[in-house]
Amino acid sequence: MRSSQLVEKYFRTKNLPHIWCPGCSLGIATRSLVVAIDELGLDKNKTVIVSGIGCSSRAVGYLDFNTIHTTHGRALAFATGVKLANPELHVIVISGDGDASAIGGNHLIHAARRNIDLTLLIFNNNIYGMTGGQFSPTTPHAALGTTAPFGVVEQPFDLVKLAEGAGATYVARGTAFHVNPLVKYYKNAIEHKGFSMVETICICPTYYGRQNKSGTAVQMMHWLKDSFVLNTAYDKMPEEKRQGKHVYGEFVKKDLPEYVEEYVGIIERLKGEEDA
Amino acid sequence: MSKAVLMQGNWACVEGALYAGMRFYSGYPITPSTEIAELSAQKLPLYGGKFIQMEDEISGIAAAIGASISGTKSMTATSGPGFSLKQENIGYAAMTEVPLVIVNVMRVGPSTGLPTASSQADIMQARFGSHGDYPIIAVSPNSVTETFTLTVRAFNLAEKYRTPVMFLTDETIGHAREPIVLPKPGELPIYDRVQPADGEEYMPFRVEPGEIVPRMPAYGRGFRYNMSGLFHTETGFPSNSPENAQAQIDRMFAKIYDNVDDIVTYEEFELDDAELVFVTYGSTSRSVIPAIKSLRKQGYKVGMFRAITLWPSPAKQIEALAERVKHIVVAEMNRGQYLQEVARLVKGKVPVTHIGRANSEILLPSEIEALAKEVLS
Repeated sequence: MRSSQLVEKYFRTKNLPHIWCPGCSLGIATRSLVVAIDELGLDKNKTVIVSGIGCSSRAVGYLDFNTIHTTHGRALAFATGVKLANPELHVIVISGDGDASAIGGNHLIHAARRNIDLTLLIFNNNIYGMTGGQFSPTTPHAALGTTAPFGVVEQPFDLVKLAEGAGATYVARGTAFHVNPLVKYYKNAIEHKGFSMVETICICPTYYGRQNKSGTAVQMMHWLKDSFVLNTAYDKMPEEKRQGKHVYGEFVKKDLPEYVEEYVGIIERLKGEEDA
Repeated sequence: MSKAVLMQGNWACVEGALYAGMRFYSGYPITPSTEIAELSAQKLPLYGGKFIQMEDEISGIAAAIGASISGTKSMTATSGPGFSLKQENIGYAAMTEVPLVIVNVMRVGPSTGLPTASSQADIMQARFGSHGDYPIIAVSPNSVTETFTLTVRAFNLAEKYRTPVMFLTDETIGHAREPIVLPKPGELPIYDRVQPADGEEYMPFRVEPGEIVPRMPAYGRGFRYNMSGLFHTETGFPSNSPENAQAQIDRMFAKIYDNVDDIVTYEEFELDDAELVFVTYGSTSRSVIPAIKSLRKQGYKVGMFRAITLWPSPAKQIEALAERVKHIVVAEMNRGQYLQEVARLVKGKVPVTHIGRANSEILLPSEIEALAKEVLS
């Protein structure tokens, strides 16, 4: 589908233009989501998109679905209630790196452990953009943030490993440059029965790029192109060529009992015992 | 006649919630409210409902709000520290006008305090705990039977006024075991939120003529709208306009304060010729009543005004009391919280005395009686 048709079909055009800065890649990630939804043929009326607080979380205001813009960090917890109360709904959560892994980190690991049928999309731009450039749990070590004026002292989270370790049954990472695989990961995540997480590496030329002298938005996109390697290719690379490279791809795909199905199973079993 | 059963207050709360139509509970274990979670876990699946134990207090209320938005009557319960943790999302529910019942089985604070002991010290937090200006409804029962009926009413108020409702019970009533005759289906009124009809032209935060609050369709019915904790217009989408913010906050307050007569309930006891009136609520009223009976036998003209709805306060009634009695004593298990509201309403027309403490020991009828004699002497 052409972009103009996608906008017409899936966006609340009255709310456009969006508030994101020039060069921001959140639009690419949001577009990739509606492409995935379109290709899967999801019913807009049966799809709920839940977000927290931050730049990425503003996406829901532009998307023509059932949308909930919740409190900072809590999107997954709200989404858990939506899904469990009405299992026929497709529930997708959009969150940023700070929203999902700092203030909302507890909900991330527990939603993953529970294996509840939610899709979490983390638009990771490695910075708190909405508040003006403070370091987040995914800002690289030694990079600059307004609250790390001498470089970040901490080590960053690897969100893929975090989600996998917590028990997520589908985990992938894409980038705002590698759009075709990104759409595929979004589709696979939405179709997956259980908790799925896709990290999308985004660029923030304004609040990350400026202070870290990462160049223009175009140069930052080139950085995504040049430094990210598909995991299967990375595995075959000799050690010396892996220097400075990052991986994207699908990392976890497994079947485990899903929370809502298990719970509904209990309801049905109890009903059977009552009828017997 | 139906047979009475022996039941603790926390169980009666769950029975009342199920009667009212609760089909979703999410929360986190905390003393002395845990029996509410336990019984909900046991009973909800039998009703086709859902229970989920969340990872913390914050997600406990967040999931309940999510479930309510998707169209299911929801409840969460907590105590003390958990009530503090829930405050941000209480404000979210107030702002987005999501029906929800939040039970607080009050215990002694601050902080971890005395976890297994009773208090009534979260009265002001229930009113003002979340940041910003917002109205709230709070109710408080004084018996196991009233825990049941008032839980039903809390759900009805939440649905009717699209608001979180605070159910302020305490360790005393929550763990007290008393006989209760459970109402039969149909005996108590049940109110469900107004939803738009299929295909109706829908504006998510517009109040239709003759109605109190905007209609609220369940998610999945085809009304694709936006919920946000940002100030929003009738469309549900954010707006920075001061005029819009003013109109929205005014409407939120008006829906509660224009309907105080419907929301406020109270009990009067021996008030007709009373010179001294105890203003009290919840479990403390159980100590006040025997004290009044004893004082009456000795010829003292004393009575009780028990607020059942604490917020909005029974302002009109308390103001009227100040015109006809000689002395008001506020009795509560804290160092003077509802006292502030009563004193504000009495405006110095008669002396207002306070009896209360929050050290885990409930007020005894003998202490209340002694204070009344001192005041009247």
